[in-house]
Amino acid sequence: MSEKNMVEALHDTLSQMMQHDPRLVLLGEDIGVNGGVFRVTDQLLTQFGSDRVIDTPLAESAIVGTALGMAIGGLRPVCEIQFLGFLYPALDQLISHVSRIRARSAGALGAALVIRAPFGGGIRAPEQHADSAEGYLTTIPGLKVAIPSSPADAKGLLIAAIEDEDPVVLLEPIRLYRLGREEVPDTLYRVPLGTARIVQPGRDVSVITYGAMVPLARAAATQLQQRYGWDVEIVDVRSLSPLDEETLGQSVRKTGRAVIVHEAPLTGGFGAEILATVTEQAFWWLKAPIVRVTGPDVPFPPYAWEDWYVPNVSRIAHAIGQVMAEE
Amino acid sequence: MNQYPVVRVMDVEGTLAFSSSLETALHIYQDMILLRAFDEKTLTLQRQGRVGTFAPSLGQEAAEIASAYALDRQDWMVPSYRDHGALYVHGLPLDHVILFAMGRSGSYAAGVRALPSSIPIATHLLHAVGLAYALKQQAEPAIAMAYFGDGATSEGDFHEALNFAGVWQVPVLFFCQNNGWAISTPVHRQTHSETLAQKAEAYGIAGVRVDGNDALAVYEVVRQAREKAIQGHGPTLIEAVTYRAGPHTTADDPTRYRTSNEVNIHTAQDPIRRLGEFLIQQGLLTKTLKEQMMRDSKERINEAVGRVEAQGAVMVGDMFRHVYQTLPTRIQRQWHEWEDRSHE
Ligand SMILES: Cc1ncc(C[n+]2csc(CCOP(=O)(O)OP(=O)(O)O)c2C)c(N)n1
Ligand SMILES: [Mg+2]
Repeated sequence: MSEKNMVEALHDTLSQMMQHDPRLVLLGEDIGVNGGVFRVTDQLLTQFGSDRVIDTPLAESAIVGTALGMAIGGLRPVCEIQFLGFLYPALDQLISHVSRIRARSAGALGAALVIRAPFGGGIRAPEQHADSAEGYLTTIPGLKVAIPSSPADAKGLLIAAIEDEDPVVLLEPIRLYRLGREEVPDTLYRVPLGTARIVQPGRDVSVITYGAMVPLARAAATQLQQRYGWDVEIVDVRSLSPLDEETLGQSVRKTGRAVIVHEAPLTGGFGAEILATVTEQAFWWLKAPIVRVTGPDVPFPPYAWEDWYVPNVSRIAHAIGQVMAEE
Repeated sequence: MNQYPVVRVMDVEGTLAFSSSLETALHIYQDMILLRAFDEKTLTLQRQGRVGTFAPSLGQEAAEIASAYALDRQDWMVPSYRDHGALYVHGLPLDHVILFAMGRSGSYAAGVRALPSSIPIATHLLHAVGLAYALKQQAEPAIAMAYFGDGATSEGDFHEALNFAGVWQVPVLFFCQNNGWAISTPVHRQTHSETLAQKAEAYGIAGVRVDGNDALAVYEVVRQAREKAIQGHGPTLIEAVTYRAGPHTTADDPTRYRTSNEVNIHTAQDPIRRLGEFLIQQGLLTKTLKEQMMRDSKERINEAVGRVEAQGAVMVGDMFRHVYQTLPTRIQRQWHEWEDRSHE
């Protein structure tokens, strides 16, 4: 057991899994010699050689398309897309092929591959390096989508994703990469896809969120606990697809109030799916209308506006206040 | 045999003649000095936290500046993120270039025929083809030119753009700066082709390889390709062979993937020094004039930075204002909500 930040946890897990399973190959732009622009694959080229750690030419559709061929051919590819906003050239591969090869082959073929991509704002990155596109991905049947909010979960979700027989996109919140350290067990353990996590239990209101919004929700909860004595429950969705309806439903049936937080724009965002699910699960228990805290319906702006765009502690606290005010 | 020899004006006798006036050469030199000074200043500002991630064009000044000099103002420039030098020559005010680096705006100015810098690699080549189609359809005597790097030639959009351009025979130029690297990926790991220019052949369009550190050759090659395109003789892929002397961006550490020896070999080809020596030989440049140019550049840049930094904080409403021409009420409501919050 040792303390790791999220980059270290992901790096060590990839290294462990590469040793554990000789079918694993890594492919992506600048992941070998350079160790990835965020250094998640640092030194893995030296450790495993260029047949298994592949610096590809600059083409995302080719990365995902060839990974599908590799997977069908018996390898276990883990692709890195440099930033989630650069996955778009590969959406055709994901939507038309990766996600439906199992259905189209009546179960005979599968796409046991993983796509890792850093995402989200908060680091004053250039334009188009900060998109939160998880919502589009969750609309693709056949694909799984997971988002860790802690180093330990990053490890468990990555292992679960690699071992899954179906394709998984693991979205890594850039802002959390080096934000904090925590104990990460050395063993190979899994965070099963399809399970949410209660980050902190509470009686009064459920804040349902994921990724980089989780620490913000915690800060808001602490503030409100101190100020008003409110007991806030925080649910980290962490597996968007498949979604853990049960944990979400249970939480809101207990508290009767819910605030949903994500960074992506409001309209058609994953919050709408959470809201619908919670309403189905807990309608008769609700004491107040559910409130969403999200980015506005604008393209992610140049970074001078970033602090306006991305939800913050005060917006989350305000929303919690809103649902608590209702009798 | 390599059918795409590198075209030069300087250093190699008689390969190509410079058709424009030597005054033009001096102006090109002056703007290359300005671009170098701008990049050095912006790198300093970045270290001080006054601008965000920035992609300098150190070592690529000839390709950036001279290519833009070969365009006319009514031509469409379709740049990517490293092309602030070319944009400046094409009319983008220096203040806008700084605003872009400070994350305060897109790199766009009304009245300048240039699209905002494209961040997703190679996607904008198609826009240049479309613009060229529109120019042709409306019988405008102008061209569109896309700027991109060696790495971009691996993306599907590059191939689709060249193919459409060939089929449509529209007045478009593809200006590829082969600076040796795509972040950490060297060109020989990007493609198994011997040159990038030869990729034109597959699409039935012209391909030219030019010494991208020879400003006059770059000017000449672009000028000729432009003439050809305007005459209706089709598109050209231009490979300007240069070298990225600095980091990919301020977030990059090139010592992880290339040796200082390699960098030294290439920086011996420094385009500013080469053009400077040529102009001195021609009796157009003196040491005093050169120093004057450097001082002027620094002064202009400092003034522009001063003007930009004197602007107040950004207005929250500007994030909403231009998402649609007419804002739907749902977004207007969000705008008000954000506006209210900004006064809290
Ligand atoms: C579609 C897409 N994929 C990945 C990136 C990340 N990225 C930014 S620049 C770059 C390398 C580009 O190299 P090259 O085309 O040679 O241009 P240069 O940076 O050398 O000018 C990469 C991979 C991106 N911006 N867009
Ligand atoms: Mg390059």
